[in-house]
Amino acid sequence: MAWAGSGALFALDGGIASSIGLESAIAAPLRRTAVQPFTFVQLSDSHIGFNKPPNADARATFAEAIAKVKALPVQPDFVIHTGDVSQLSRDDEFDDADQMLKSLGLPVFFIPGEHDMLDPDGGKAFLNRFGKGSKGAGWYSFDHRGVHFVALVNVADLKPGGMGNLGPEQLKWLAADLAGRPSSTPIVVFAHIPLWTVYADWGWGTDDSAEALKLLARFGSVTVLNGHIHQITQKVEGRIAFHTARSTAFPQPAPGTAPSPGPLKVPPEQLHSMLGITDAMFVRGRDRIALIDSTLSA
Amino acid sequence: MTRASKILTFQAAVLATSACMMATVATVTRAATPPTAAVSIDNFTFKNPVVTVKPGTVVTWTNGDDIPHTVVAKDGSFKSKVLDTGDRFSFTFAKPGQFGYFCSIHPHMTGMIIVKA
Repeated sequence: MAWAGSGALFALDGGIASSIGLESAIAAPLRRTAVQPFTFVQLSDSHIGFNKPPNADARATFAEAIAKVKALPVQPDFVIHTGDVSQLSRDDEFDDADQMLKSLGLPVFFIPGEHDMLDPDGGKAFLNRFGKGSKGAGWYSFDHRGVHFVALVNVADLKPGGMGNLGPEQLKWLAADLAGRPSSTPIVVFAHIPLWTVYADWGWGTDDSAEALKLLARFGSVTVLNGHIHQITQKVEGRIAFHTARSTAFPQPAPGTAPSPGPLKVPPEQLHSMLGITDAMFVRGRDRIALIDSTLSA
Repeated sequence: MTRASKILTFQAAVLATSACMMATVATVTRAATPPTAAVSIDNFTFKNPVVTVKPGTVVTWTNGDDIPHTVVAKDGSFKSKVLDTGDRFSFTFAKPGQFGYFCSIHPHMTGMIIVKA
C-alpha cells in the first residue's frame, strides 16, 4: 500500500505530464536534452494541525516532505500546493506551513482545499496569505518556459448534495484565459478536488468539470493535477492526463473500501509509505510530462 | 446466574433507576426545558438524515468524525461554525416547516429537520 505520501515531481516533456516517485527521481536524474527541461514539485493535503491517528503530527511529516524536495538532485523551478494546506484554516496552521515552505527558497503556487475555507470569512485568511493577485475565490494562471499553468478553485460555494464546484464566473474566466492561445501550448491545470469523478458517493469529483474540460479539449497536451483523495489515481482521456497526489499528512481509503472517506488508521510503521510528494519533469520535444510520485519512507 | 445475565440484570437496574431520576427531573423542569433532539455526525453522514420535531425543539448536532464538518441550512436560516471532533452545534426550530441542511465542506452530506405542531 502506498498512497499517503510526500509529493510529486513532474517532468513536462513537451506536453502531458508523467509521474514517478521521488526515490526514482533521486536515483535517476533527468537526462539533459537539447532543450533545457524543467521540473516542478506538487505537494498536497499537508493538513497542518492534524494530530489524530494515524498521524499525531502533520507538521513533522510535512517537514519531511520538504526535506525530500531539498534532497532532489535537480532543484525544481517551483512548487505547487494543491490545497488543504491547513486542517482548520487557523492562522498558526497557515503560518507554520508558510514558514516551512519558505525554507525551500522556491516560488510556491497555492490553491485552497475545503479545509482552507473554514475561517469565519470563508477563505479570506487563506487568500490574504497565499492568494495575492488571484481572482475570485483564488484562481489564476501563469506561464513558465512555454507551458501555461492554470490554478482552479473547486471548493468555494459548494452546493447541497453536490461535489466540487467551479462555478460560472470561474468558467467564464477560464474561457477568456485560454482563448487565443495556440492549441500546441502545453497546459497544466491544478485544482484541489479531482476534475473527474473518482467516486461520486464520497463527493470525489467536480460537478461542472466537464465544462472546463471542454475548453481544454483542443489543446494537444493537458495535464490535470489534483489532491483531496490522499492517494494516487491516474487516468488518460483523449489528450488530457489526470493525476491525483498523495497527502503529506494521512492516507484515505481507496474508493468504496470503507464506510466513508477520512483518515485511514494505518499502523505507525506503515504511515510513511503512504505519504508522499510528486515531482514533474518537462522535457521539450516529448509529448508527456514525467510525473514521479515518491513516498516519505526511507 | 451466569456472568452475562448478572451484567444484564445490573444494566436493567441502572436503566430503571436512571429512568426514575429522569422522570423526576422532567416533572420538576417541564415548564422551563424545551424539547430536544440529537443528530450525530459519523462516517461523513448525518446519522438520522430526517428528523421530525415539534416547534420549539432544540436540535443538537455532534461531530463524531476525525474530520471537521459544518451544519448549514439550505435557506441560510442557520449555519454552524466549523465543528471539529466532538464539537456541537444547537439550533432552536421555532416555526413549523421543512429545513434541509448540508455540510458546506462535504456537500454530499445532507439532512432535513421537519418541524410539525
